[in-house]
Amino acid sequence: MLEIKNLHVKLEEEDKQILKGVDLTVEAGKVHAIMGPNGSGKSTLSYVLSGKDGYEVTEGAASLDGEDILDMEPEERAAAGLFLAFQYPVEIPGVGNMTFLRTAVNAQRKARGEEEMSAAEFLKVVRERAKTLKIDADMLKRPVNVGFSGGEKKRNEILQMAMLEPKMCILDETDSGLDVDAMKLVSEGVNALRSEGRAFLVITHYQRLLDHIKPDVVHIMANGRIVKTGGPELALEVEQNGYADILAEAV
Amino acid sequence: MALPQAKIDATDARLAGMDLPQGGWPAECRADALARVQAMGLPGRRDEYWKYTNPETLISAEVPQAALFDPQEPAMFDGVDRLKIVFVDGVFDADRSDDLSGEHLTIDRLADVANLDLHWAKDAYGTLEAKGQSPVQRPLAALNTAFATDGVLIHVTGAVSKPVNLIYEHSAVNSDAILHHVVKLEAGASLTILENGPAAARFNKVLEAFVADGAALNHIRTQGRDHERRAVTHMFAELGAESTFKTFTLTANGVLTRNECIVWLNGDEGVAHVAGACVGDGDFHHDDTVFITHDAVNCESRQVFKKVLRNGATGVFQGKILVKPDAQKTDGYQISQSLLLDDDSQFLAKPELEIYADDVACSHGSTSGAIDEEALYYLRSRGVPQGEATDLLTLAFLGEAVDEIEDRDLGEMIVERLQGWLTRHRR
Repeated sequence: MLEIKNLHVKLEEEDKQILKGVDLTVEAGKVHAIMGPNGSGKSTLSYVLSGKDGYEVTEGAASLDGEDILDMEPEERAAAGLFLAFQYPVEIPGVGNMTFLRTAVNAQRKARGEEEMSAAEFLKVVRERAKTLKIDADMLKRPVNVGFSGGEKKRNEILQMAMLEPKMCILDETDSGLDVDAMKLVSEGVNALRSEGRAFLVITHYQRLLDHIKPDVVHIMANGRIVKTGGPELALEVEQNGYADILAEAV
Repeated sequence: MALPQAKIDATDARLAGMDLPQGGWPAECRADALARVQAMGLPGRRDEYWKYTNPETLISAEVPQAALFDPQEPAMFDGVDRLKIVFVDGVFDADRSDDLSGEHLTIDRLADVANLDLHWAKDAYGTLEAKGQSPVQRPLAALNTAFATDGVLIHVTGAVSKPVNLIYEHSAVNSDAILHHVVKLEAGASLTILENGPAAARFNKVLEAFVADGAALNHIRTQGRDHERRAVTHMFAELGAESTFKTFTLTANGVLTRNECIVWLNGDEGVAHVAGACVGDGDFHHDDTVFITHDAVNCESRQVFKKVLRNGATGVFQGKILVKPDAQKTDGYQISQSLLLDDDSQFLAKPELEIYADDVACSHGSTSGAIDEEALYYLRSRGVPQGEATDLLTLAFLGEAVDEIEDRDLGEMIVERLQGWLTRHRR
């Protein structure tokens, strides 16, 4: 589903190479995890895939279902089925959460040539999906992420994911800032979305999240590259021994 | 102090082409006002109060022309159950206006009552304008009192349910309209005034409002989308105890607009909210000048102004809160913000507080900024196209001013108009 080949990325503003040849393939129905030390390029990878400004791809390619995504605008990537759950969701004062969700859902549908969701249908679906994430009516009414706690923001990300039904979901440190209960809730939300046609790329520092969202494949990223790939046991190894051994081995 | 010769010349040039309307009790008010104009001189670029807005075309003897414009949408308050009063190029249109009467309400045309010996407006017409000449001079308002050719006198004695809608149509490219309205609300009375339309190529309007104890005046206006129109408006409001005055103005387009709002909180526990949202693209200059005087205990005033500017548009805000020595427990709030959608546009702001009482809470803030790129990326990453996402954020920015409108239906009508403007002006 997601295919990244030899991806090299530098910051637009300065001559700093961050990704130095990332190769990664995520198949439909699978959950891949990326772990790695701070500064290894994990978040950059997620930003570059979703189309954030400020990065320059100097080499390599990334495609979603065979379609090159790097030349697409962020909204086109979203409509093509890519979703990034942010590590730090932005607060948007003055834009109601509901308005935002509905605008996003219908914009994607429109872009795909599908019929827009009616107000009534949208309301029904959003209420149902919000309920399973323990998001109450008040949170839906409030401006996007404004005054939300860390946990609420992450749950709101998962709600967006549930509403937009993307096929490729990237979760950037979704566990950061979450307590045990919130992590469980968020993980359940993610697990409920797992399906044959949908793939996940879970970026995390800690194995803990992977207890809840069981990965099929674990990658270790360091210094802008994937340096090791293995099964779930790789995450346990990191948890126990840190990255030192793996990195030494990779060099 | 003698006026500079250039100012005298400019004033004389303007007055040369004007005739003081004759007859009845207003004649004396007009003569007094003309004397004020001559003593002050008309505003010029060198006047501190006109530092950011060039008044030249507002005082010129010749009217700058303004092409007519078809907005291709229904007039602003068409869906509202209201009492309509229509002016075309500043002239009352009886045929298209409703019957000027209603429960708790009398409405007269200025011209019709000039020869009545007894009329409440005799002691009102021009008095707030005259009072408003200090501490800052407003010569264009005095010019209006002297030369206004039409206007309505609205007397309210109770709660009026239907809004009074003053509709200003523009039909001649060189029309020069001067309208002067006076509104008087007796104790406990309430009224909503709606105003809409471009009015004329050049429009000078004064509205004087006397809001007695416990009365409430709501005012919502939209100024018409004719690109080349010019307007200078003054709203003077004097508030009694426990009264409220809330005004909101939407300005979209117009080559030059100067809206002054002068409020006196003269009775304890009065409330005054002055708000505005404006959107301008290109050749657009919009000036909000507000002066609120707190002269009683426990009064609240709010000024909320939001401007969206692009493509070289200019926004100006001059807002002052004056708290007199006895106006303890004053709660004053003032915010003026601009959203600059490109590097060519500018926002010039002069927020002022002058406080002589010691137990007050006053705050003011003024900012200029661009669209929040992080928020824009967030919306786009969810599939909202750039144009739509920018509009969403722009509307959110304007929202704080629009939220000042209490009536939700009217607020939504304003939002719709803003949405329409943004969509049309999308890049």
